[in-house]
Amino acid sequence: MEDEVIKKFLYVNRKAPYGTIYALESLEVVLIGAAFDQDVSLAFIDDGVYQLKKDQKTSVDSGIGMKDFSKTYLALGDYDVNKIYVDKASLDERGLTADDLMELVYEDEDDDYKEKSSISIVNQDELALLMEQQDVVLSF
Amino acid sequence: MLHTVNKSPFQTNSLETCLRFARASHSVLLFEDGIYGALKGTRLESLITDSLKSYSIYVLVPDVEARGMRIGDVIDGVKPVDYAGFVDLAAENTVQAWL
Amino acid sequence: MAIDVNGKTVDLDEEGYLTDLKDWNEDVAKVLASQDEIELTESHWEVVKFLRDYYDEYQIAPAVRVLTKAIGKKLGKDKGNSKYLYELFPYGPAKQACRFAGLPKPTGCI
Repeated sequence: MEDEVIKKFLYVNRKAPYGTIYALESLEVVLIGAAFDQDVSLAFIDDGVYQLKKDQKTSVDSGIGMKDFSKTYLALGDYDVNKIYVDKASLDERGLTADDLMELVYEDEDDDYKEKSSISIVNQDELALLMEQQDVVLSF
Repeated sequence: MLHTVNKSPFQTNSLETCLRFARASHSVLLFEDGIYGALKGTRLESLITDSLKSYSIYVLVPDVEARGMRIGDVIDGVKPVDYAGFVDLAAENTVQAWL
Repeated sequence: MAIDVNGKTVDLDEEGYLTDLKDWNEDVAKVLASQDEIELTESHWEVVKFLRDYYDEYQIAPAVRVLTKAIGKKLGKDKGNSKYLYELFPYGPAKQACRFAGLPKPTGCI
């Protein structure tokens, strides 16, 4: 794998978590893709920001009939997926702030394994630039 | 970068979000129900007209005609393309599909 | 597929993973292990229990490199390496141990 070219992948998430299968599918693709050692970023825009809302209660017993996958976002750091960008305008228009989101963290191997936040709240110019820098953009 | 939108702007906000992130060097292509966003006289017309000052917007002609519309119904400045033109655009750019 | 555990039938999918995660108990793990000709030792249980805790916390069975790293952190560097884990679970520490732990096949295992 050493000499393989590392490509930049951006996963764009724009759907709320339970009404459709998009959010879960995206998360599964991200985790599977994480095995390939690519440069992975996640963007959450529009209703996609609801995927990161903390305190979701979706256990199998809660009766909503969906896998309890909100906790799985907390494992992203273990999978070295630690560049998570949230569109500020989407949070604003939904009355949400960074405090409403799950605390997604990773351990920085280059900084004595210090725990750092994976989430950046960004404006649309920063996100547009991020999109431009990608080799592959996958939308969900 | 090529942004594509295939949903009606009256059904989802995909077109509006797309235009929020499209930048000067990008292109936007409207196809399937996305073509409704390219038509004259809608709520979106001024947004499209403004966007055309910064970047190109394309519309897939077979999808326009399939819906009983004609090229004359499309906002001036939106560029008509056929399937071959769509393929060329997609091949030349990183594609961001606004689902 | 199905196995018999203390007179109770437990269903498995075509790859040998439990179809219903709630069917799991330690005896189920022992039967699954014996099918692979493994007798579960304290060292095996440590990993199996780690996986069950991980699943409980994240709702996901970790991929092997994630497992290795996390085991190292929790149980010490001498255990957080593939040699140690493959000795315990020769068919793959994530895949085989998850099966014994009654979890789905790990996400990100290819």
